[in-house]
Amino acid sequence: MTYIVKPVNHHPNLEKNKLGLTRRDYEGTISTLCAGCGHDSISAAVIEACYDLSLSSDQIAKLSGIGCSSKSPSYFLNQAHGFNSVHGRMPSVATGANLGNQDLLYLGVSGDGDTAGIGIGQFMHAARRQLNITYIVENNGTYGLTKGQFSATNDQGSKSKYGEENLLAPIDLPTMAIQLGAGFVGRSFSGDKDQLIPLLKAAMKFKGFSLIDIISPCVTFNNHAGSTKSYDHIREHNESVSSLDFVPIGQEIKTSYEEGSRVDVPLHDGAILSLEKLSKKYNPLDKSLAVQSLNEAEKNGKVLTGLLYINPEVKDHTEILNISDTPLNQFSDKDLCPGSDKLAKVNASLN
Amino acid sequence: MKKLSSTNEFVIKFANVNGSGSASANQMFAKGIFRSGVPVSPKNIFPSNIQGLPTWFEIRASERGYLGRKAGIDFMVAMNPQSYAQDVAEINPGGYLLYDSSWKREFNRDDINVIEVPLTSLCVNEFQNPKTRLLFKNLVYVGALSYLMSMNKDIFIELIEEQFKGKEKLISPNVQALEMGFNYAKTNLAGSCDIKVIQKNLTDGMILTNGNNAGGLGCVYGGATVCAWYPITPSTSLAESYKKYCDQFRIDKETGKNKFAYVQAEDELASIGMAIGANWNGARAFTATSGPGISLMTEFVGLAYFAEIPIVIFNIQRGGPSTGMPTRTQQSDILSCAYASHGDTKHVMLIPSDPKECFEFAAESFDISDRLQTPVFVLSDLDIGMNDWTCPEFEWDDAKEFDRGKVLSKDDLENMESWGRYLDVDGDGIPFRTLPGTHPEKGAYFARGSSHDEYARYVEDGEVNARNLKRILKKFKGAHKFLPKPVFKQDTNASSIGLIYFGSTEAAMQESLDQLSISGFPIDAMRIRSFPFSAEVWEFIHQHESVFLVEQNRDAQMRTLIISEGNINPEKFISILCFDGSPITANFISESIIEILSDKNISQASEEIK
Repeated sequence: MTYIVKPVNHHPNLEKNKLGLTRRDYEGTISTLCAGCGHDSISAAVIEACYDLSLSSDQIAKLSGIGCSSKSPSYFLNQAHGFNSVHGRMPSVATGANLGNQDLLYLGVSGDGDTAGIGIGQFMHAARRQLNITYIVENNGTYGLTKGQFSATNDQGSKSKYGEENLLAPIDLPTMAIQLGAGFVGRSFSGDKDQLIPLLKAAMKFKGFSLIDIISPCVTFNNHAGSTKSYDHIREHNESVSSLDFVPIGQEIKTSYEEGSRVDVPLHDGAILSLEKLSKKYNPLDKSLAVQSLNEAEKNGKVLTGLLYINPEVKDHTEILNISDTPLNQFSDKDLCPGSDKLAKVNASLN
Repeated sequence: MKKLSSTNEFVIKFANVNGSGSASANQMFAKGIFRSGVPVSPKNIFPSNIQGLPTWFEIRASERGYLGRKAGIDFMVAMNPQSYAQDVAEINPGGYLLYDSSWKREFNRDDINVIEVPLTSLCVNEFQNPKTRLLFKNLVYVGALSYLMSMNKDIFIELIEEQFKGKEKLISPNVQALEMGFNYAKTNLAGSCDIKVIQKNLTDGMILTNGNNAGGLGCVYGGATVCAWYPITPSTSLAESYKKYCDQFRIDKETGKNKFAYVQAEDELASIGMAIGANWNGARAFTATSGPGISLMTEFVGLAYFAEIPIVIFNIQRGGPSTGMPTRTQQSDILSCAYASHGDTKHVMLIPSDPKECFEFAAESFDISDRLQTPVFVLSDLDIGMNDWTCPEFEWDDAKEFDRGKVLSKDDLENMESWGRYLDVDGDGIPFRTLPGTHPEKGAYFARGSSHDEYARYVEDGEVNARNLKRILKKFKGAHKFLPKPVFKQDTNASSIGLIYFGSTEAAMQESLDQLSISGFPIDAMRIRSFPFSAEVWEFIHQHESVFLVEQNRDAQMRTLIISEGNINPEKFISILCFDGSPITANFISESIIEILSDKNISQASEEIK
């Protein structure tokens, strides 16, 4: 938001992070979503993750498309620049922004309509390009702003608030993202902040395309009996494959995970992602196993959550394109314009 | 038999089979004329096809500098039996037909001069490889032509050496093919052609290039760092030119890394989205497309317009509507660009008329877009974009600095009490913007396409939204200050009749004005170079009783734009419209105007046209 100086009253003893900031410094404007909306819990988790990582808001860019989910970037990180683009097209805007300055942390917020419907093409290509973004899908299976139509992630047989049955099979975004080469793919539930916050932190530290598909029940249009995206349904069918700790650079790994069930994944900046595999056979570094597990879970009516897949080896889009380490928006006229001497040579080549 | 006789003034046409390697030989012949110091305008008339369909290449040489397309062919090189009938019919009486006489033919014209060269037989005797035989046929006719037209053969040898620099092995067989044609003509065809190219120095200080090559180069000079695009004829080569020149000028010598990003997007929507995202971040970015791409991009154009994000969009116009004629030229996207997107939107357009202006306008477009914080369309067309034009050399002033517009620095923000992203501080309707990451506490805002107030806050207050729309209009109304002014063919007006034209029509216009003058109809002419129109445009219209408006589209789109923006009486305009996909000719313009001026009084004519 454009700044107008307004007093922020903090309790003097409010806890502070490494930057000397409190959680309140990471807040946004007051949410205009429905009371109890899962999206607001996600906003709270984003605030918590950024606070924990001691991120500087001005080094974060928040981008979104259109829909209830896409409104939510207003509700966190007031000091971060935001871009509410057009429906389904956030990935391309974020791709361009990232080309302009790869040093910022890009936080993309989208919904299931915005990503799995109108924007599925751009989503797929952003994953394929390994755009360095934390791509959050606030997935409620419904078009909330237009009053409850089914979205493409809605499960077959799931009932709308008005009793109508969804006849089509759903698109599973994590499966698709893994197959397209995304480097980091997770799923979580807006009601499970213990799982969601570390997942968000890890995704933000990951260099490459990180998708977090977050089931986020719509209290108004998709939270009734018969819906497979209601709070009750998800709580009953949630099956976590991993729980994780994010260990910053230089910090000793102290997790309570049992020896043998732990996987430590080094991230680009040297931080460590320490994972506990909840199922003995699950390995988030194994792409085909991840896809297979997702398919099996779907067959059994389970919702697999946690870090589903990670490939710490990926190169991100700007690395693939061999773009200079100095961001493109920071070059001077002289760096960019070849000048008249070079032009004389061009002329000579054309006569 | 009458034989057309001329020196340095003629049209030669090559009829070939697409994919037979003819284009580079034909291009070489055009360049040979250019190197002989004679202005030349080659035009590639090609099908939307890779191999097999007929394709043509027309070259007009004119020491008078008349470089528009001219109907009627003086010399036809007919290499494609598929199109013999139509090719032969096009030849002017007394003109020449050169064909591959390995298979003898009779042509139903007794008023043309048939020149027989057994191209295939010559190549079969000389070369072993079947593919080589096919390719070299083209060079054999270039060699024959150079003899027939009394050209200096060494010019072509030099061109071959330049073309195959680094692949020296290929030079000698190519030269061999050229010599073979030359020698065959010398031995068998002496005196059979009276069209000659005589060395002049009229191309000193000139270059031979196309608008897309120039536009891509202009983007490099204008500081563009991001090119996001999707392949579409006839714009593709502009993006490719940008890449080509970036590879020369924008790779850091020490690190080997790129000071540019070149992204082929998955579609036009993504390409414009990327360019907008980069510009939002302060990296100059553009996209290049053609009509169908513009249709796809319009939602994003509205976002950039309303959120006030700079972006440059090249539209290399082609024949529409719909998929239309992808490989033919038109000026038929005037209205779809001027008013692109839903709601009240109007956009800045720059309209270059030749490759030199493509270079200049491309470079300037980024300053204009940054200054006005709005989309800028550069409206070229296939004729400028893909055909080579003889035009003055590119120029650059090293003292020039980019105008990045009203962007607040960290220090600016530090010293400001308050700031509103969409607040009109200077009274020109142009607000100040910030780039992400500039300041730790100040200057963040939410860019959005939904209604917002001066402080970028989402509002649904109709008055606030109306106020914002009015401010954006104010900005638009002041835009002409930053745009290229119209150019006039005369120093002072001398006629009660005016003529307005724009873009690639320039090539035909000088010739047409000279023809009109000789026929006793001198008229004043103005070339529009940008939109919104400046005061000079309105003055010119008001100073003339009637105004001809020459356009390469069906619906007189520029006329509609002028009438609606200037509230001008429609009866004042008489449209001359060419929309068959071929570049407009001087004869067409002059004949249309002379017919109207001689047969009817003007008000009657405009009454009928209405």
